[in-house]
Amino acid sequence: MSATQSVTARQGVGIRRASTGKALGTTVLGILIAIGVLAILLPVLVVVFTAFKPVSEVNAFPPTLIPAHWTLANFETIFHDLPFSRLVLNSFVFAGGVTVCALIFDSLAAYALARIDFTGNRVLLVLIVATLMIPFQATLVPLYQIVAGLGWINTFAALIVPRAADAFGIFFLRQFFLALPRDLDNAARMDGASEWRIYRSIILPNAVPALMTLGVFVFVNNWNDLLWPLVFSTKSDMATITSGLTLLTGPSGIVPYGVMMAGSLIALLPLTALFVIVQRRFVSSVAATGLK
Amino acid sequence: MSTNTQQMRRYRPRMQLGGRGRIPTVARRWIAAICFLVPACAILAIFVVTPMLSALRTSFFESSGFGSETFVGFGNYVRVFTDPTFLRAFTNTALYAVLFVPAAIIVSLLLALLMNSRVVPLRGLFRSALFFPFIVSLAVSAFAWQYLLDPQVGLLNYWLQGIGIHIGNVLNSPTLAMPAVVLVAVWKNFGFYMVIFLAGLQDIPESLYEAARVDGAGPFRRFMKVTLPLLNNTMTFVVIFALIAALQAFDQIYVMTQGGPYHATDTVVTEIYQTGFQKLDLGVASALSYVLLIGTLVLSLAQFLLGSRREKDLSA
Repeated sequence: MSATQSVTARQGVGIRRASTGKALGTTVLGILIAIGVLAILLPVLVVVFTAFKPVSEVNAFPPTLIPAHWTLANFETIFHDLPFSRLVLNSFVFAGGVTVCALIFDSLAAYALARIDFTGNRVLLVLIVATLMIPFQATLVPLYQIVAGLGWINTFAALIVPRAADAFGIFFLRQFFLALPRDLDNAARMDGASEWRIYRSIILPNAVPALMTLGVFVFVNNWNDLLWPLVFSTKSDMATITSGLTLLTGPSGIVPYGVMMAGSLIALLPLTALFVIVQRRFVSSVAATGLK
Repeated sequence: MSTNTQQMRRYRPRMQLGGRGRIPTVARRWIAAICFLVPACAILAIFVVTPMLSALRTSFFESSGFGSETFVGFGNYVRVFTDPTFLRAFTNTALYAVLFVPAAIIVSLLLALLMNSRVVPLRGLFRSALFFPFIVSLAVSAFAWQYLLDPQVGLLNYWLQGIGIHIGNVLNSPTLAMPAVVLVAVWKNFGFYMVIFLAGLQDIPESLYEAARVDGAGPFRRFMKVTLPLLNNTMTFVVIFALIAALQAFDQIYVMTQGGPYHATDTVVTEIYQTGFQKLDLGVASALSYVLLIGTLVLSLAQFLLGSRREKDLSA
């Protein structure tokens, strides 16, 4: 009997016996880890609980975590003090707009790079991947001048168009398209289907998981971005939730924490919903992009 | 019958001779490719490549963005590398990286090891919970931590005082402000690195651990002799990812300290933002941008080369 077998055999016996002692050990370990995880998530808990605290409790000493009296006052204040419903709308239009555009344009380009055999295919791919290495922070100043030259400052065009395609998305989708069996589109090509039809009716329907993964990624990144809307939206009614909330932290030094947490909670809600819905795909896609 | 005729049509010889009509296949493919590629390539060309080239040009001029520009040669670069404010931004960014990269890696690797262990119950739930901070924006993370660390009403500050640690006004302290903004970045990003480490850990064959166990290696030895060496590639990737993130630090600093106190948390990107958009010194901002660009480029290139080497290793 090999060593490996004996080890698994011993584990098997252990599982079958499943004494109460072992179950207790697992429960204790589970509780300990749960406490640790909750401690790590303390900042999130603080956002949630503080959002519902009355001002007197937010600024009380000694501070508490859970509100004694729950109130919606902070939410009323934020919708009153900031054009907050406008900021929410802006965030959705900006992040949603970038996501839709990027999915369309990235998948088109990725299709050509993965499926059409034209001269210069590889050179173009290398050029596109090379732009991946340019951090947007480094091109922000001239980018601002270009966008300003187009007269787009404080419009959705400024927020969306420069990000309507990105090298990462193109590369990511190309890799996915390459993995789809070639027989699918070769058969269609033999039937005389145009490249557009192959893209629309064969490649896209088969690439839904990759498109969703990329879509979630792009949406979250843009929804959360601060520097981008800060630069291209100078008027407060064109700010996003993320950039609008920073207007509350003035140089005065007095920070309205309750109101900020209420705003932060609203900023978190759509992402949390997305996270819960596509959670497994989200986490595994992060691993995939991390190991690209 | 009808299917038969369709199949006949499918194999008309002219298809094999190079497609319908008189346009040759090569040209037809070209036209199709161009149609598919134009939108994305136009956007990348106008909004990524052009600004990059224009920043290079501007970095050699004195410019405010309004009208007149004067050629100053390497003047802006000389200023960037001699002016104490900018030097401070470089050393701060280096300090940020030195604090951020090891902290992020130790935290995420330890949690990945824990979450990879079979004795842990509800692993899926805990993994998701630990990943959650990654979808919280740096700005919101910064708000939460700012409240936790507030000298008067901060919960964490109060609890630490309870066990005899007085950290005072962290964000106003020249020594503690930097660790505080790094802490926020570690908190936000460790889940991302943890997931990458988990994928790396799952690639290590169980048989190796069993062989080590049979040879009498304890948990620590197994970690040092099996896990770490086999995690080498993943580790390099995470280190480079973290380094690039450190180079680009901005959001939480803008929210929490705005580069202060006394420039203690000024980084390359906060300097680009201030010089370019507040002082309107576009030449210097562009020179700074190029330093950032080249730094990122070197790191990304290293990552890319390692990645292709890895692919070769895997295919071999």
